[in-house]
Amino acid sequence: MTALVPLVVLLPLLGAAATLVLGRNRRVQLWLSVAVLAAVAVIASVLLFAVDATRGLVVYIGDWDAPFGITLVVDRLSAILLVISAIMLLGVLVYSVGQGVADRHRETPVSIFYPTYLILAAGICNAFIAGDLFNLYVGFEILLSASYVLLTLGGTGERIRAGVTYIVVSLVSSLFFLGAIALIYGATGTANIAQLSVRIAELPQDVQLLLHLALITAFGIKAAVFPLSFWLPDSYPTAPAPVTAVFAGLLTKVGVYALIRSEMTIFAENDLTTMYLVLGGLTMLVGILGALAQADIKRLLSFTLVSHIGYMLFGIGLASELGIAATVYYVVHHITVQTALFLTTGLIERVGGATSVNRLSGLLAASPFVAILFFIPALNLGGIPPFSGFIGKVGLFLGGAEVAGSGEGPAPWVIWAVVGAGAATSLLTLYALTRFWNLAFWRGRDELEGYESFLVESMQEAPEGATVTETRTAPVLMLAATVGLVAFSLLLTVLAGPLFDLSSRAATNLLDPAVYVNLVFPGGIR
Amino acid sequence: MTGSLTLVALVAVMFGAGIYVMLERSLTRVLIGFLLVGNAVNLLIYVMSGAPGLAPVLYDGVDPDEISDPLPQVFMLTAIVINLGITAFMLALIYRSWWLARLGDRGDLVDDDRDERESGEGAADVARSSRLDDTAILDILEQSDEEYEERGSEASARTGRDGADPADRADRGGDRR
Repeated sequence: MTALVPLVVLLPLLGAAATLVLGRNRRVQLWLSVAVLAAVAVIASVLLFAVDATRGLVVYIGDWDAPFGITLVVDRLSAILLVISAIMLLGVLVYSVGQGVADRHRETPVSIFYPTYLILAAGICNAFIAGDLFNLYVGFEILLSASYVLLTLGGTGERIRAGVTYIVVSLVSSLFFLGAIALIYGATGTANIAQLSVRIAELPQDVQLLLHLALITAFGIKAAVFPLSFWLPDSYPTAPAPVTAVFAGLLTKVGVYALIRSEMTIFAENDLTTMYLVLGGLTMLVGILGALAQADIKRLLSFTLVSHIGYMLFGIGLASELGIAATVYYVVHHITVQTALFLTTGLIERVGGATSVNRLSGLLAASPFVAILFFIPALNLGGIPPFSGFIGKVGLFLGGAEVAGSGEGPAPWVIWAVVGAGAATSLLTLYALTRFWNLAFWRGRDELEGYESFLVESMQEAPEGATVTETRTAPVLMLAATVGLVAFSLLLTVLAGPLFDLSSRAATNLLDPAVYVNLVFPGGIR
Repeated sequence: MTGSLTLVALVAVMFGAGIYVMLERSLTRVLIGFLLVGNAVNLLIYVMSGAPGLAPVLYDGVDPDEISDPLPQVFMLTAIVINLGITAFMLALIYRSWWLARLGDRGDLVDDDRDERESGEGAADVARSSRLDDTAILDILEQSDEEYEERGSEASARTGRDGADPADRADRGGDRR
């Protein structure tokens, strides 16, 4: 069983090499990429079942003992994120195949798209199973390098401009991360996460705090936490729809995963919960207020993406079993729904020929199917009852009430304030998305000319202005991939019970760092 | 842990200089800043390995306590390789953005969907029309040859066929196409 663990990284990397060599034969390239990601999804699912039955799986690469060699660790949290990432990567790949076939490879040099995409997949998987900080850094670098290429695909002026912001910010965060690793290594003499969990606790509190802040600044930039989030809405929207979808769904969540890991395992003894709660609340509010001013749906969704990272920070800040369980569930929900929404945006751009509400109208009549595909994840993100967004938010709010009522941890009024901010954010998300729905889908084509309403008064266009492309029909494969992801998001509601139980078991493991330490060092730390 | 003060001072200077250069608007300077700060971080990792010792190769007669810590050196090497790759990509990006800036608005639109298709169609038109030109020129040449021959053979019996000639010529041209 442990032999399967490295495969989630190795298969995409080998697949990337093979697809690069086979660059001239697009059909083989395509099928190979789909097969590799399907295999990764299957392996990840097997790992999830195996890990859930036992405590977790550990692989010592090259049989070097734990603190010295590279250790790969799959616990419940890693396994859950591996499965959801593999499914999203596969869904988006199918979508991009549909788009590529329909566009006849006119807009993107597809021969490098598949290898880069697979390398991105390898980086994401590597980050989730890394057992030491330096390997986590390597995982981040793999996925970031791939994302630089994907974001600037085609090298148009717009994408280069957006890419420069993204790349420079990412470089700074990588330097922060590497510097933090150096300091942590200097203080503890190890980079192994399990060993750090023990050794950090032995350091003086002020040294712990310094190392802690250095590390989470790096992760905070990647996860788009409030004061470090302004790069995101300026860089994501310009990429091709499938690329934006996979970035929005997965890249920020890798940062959130790293934050959860550093709070729960590495710095379990160093308490920053109040800071997380405050930052969570601010991330929610500042993000959603930015979203309200956007006319362009891609930018609007990028701002809601930032905003909803706040819910996960809130859960991390609670640091209770229910809070962490709800956070894990919320991460899964948010990956799915945000990816689905960006894919639907790609469909809207094809059917409506634009992404700005000032250019869109009458889409409900033009394409009722796309309307439904947008409406379901939009309600889901806004937190309307039967959907998973509601379940995740209720879980978080209940966790908040529980911690506030227990009298331990952060001050109750801070928690209640953040719960209030969360409720307001949920409503404002719903407002922003239903406003887009009303204008783009319900407004008749004849009303578009000279349309005046207080709804659109304060809206701002994207910096590059509202672009208009010709309207085209959406190919079956793009529709099928989107339908698949929307159906999967509904599945999160249907299977909410078992899934939330799984998240709770993951949270139980996370809250006791000794579980992770015993997993990596079965014989105890020498 | 003991470290070299010279290295620490060097790290500090490189950090300062790197961050200062990184704050400039020019992308090339940002890259230079990134290189400086990246190398400063690498040196920081090296400083963290403590006092230098023997080469970290374990064989008989070497006391494990006397060797240098090999792990930070491994980290450094990996980080250097990653920085090299990123630098290569940044250079390509800088070249591309310089190229776009030099072409101005036209450069921004080079790969734009509509524009590309139009220019593609334009190029196809040029190719098509030049092929048409070629065949038309050949036709005219052949016709003039034939007429010359015809005129040569029918020189004695020149009649009022001039009026019918253009239509006749167009017919023949159409056949050839």
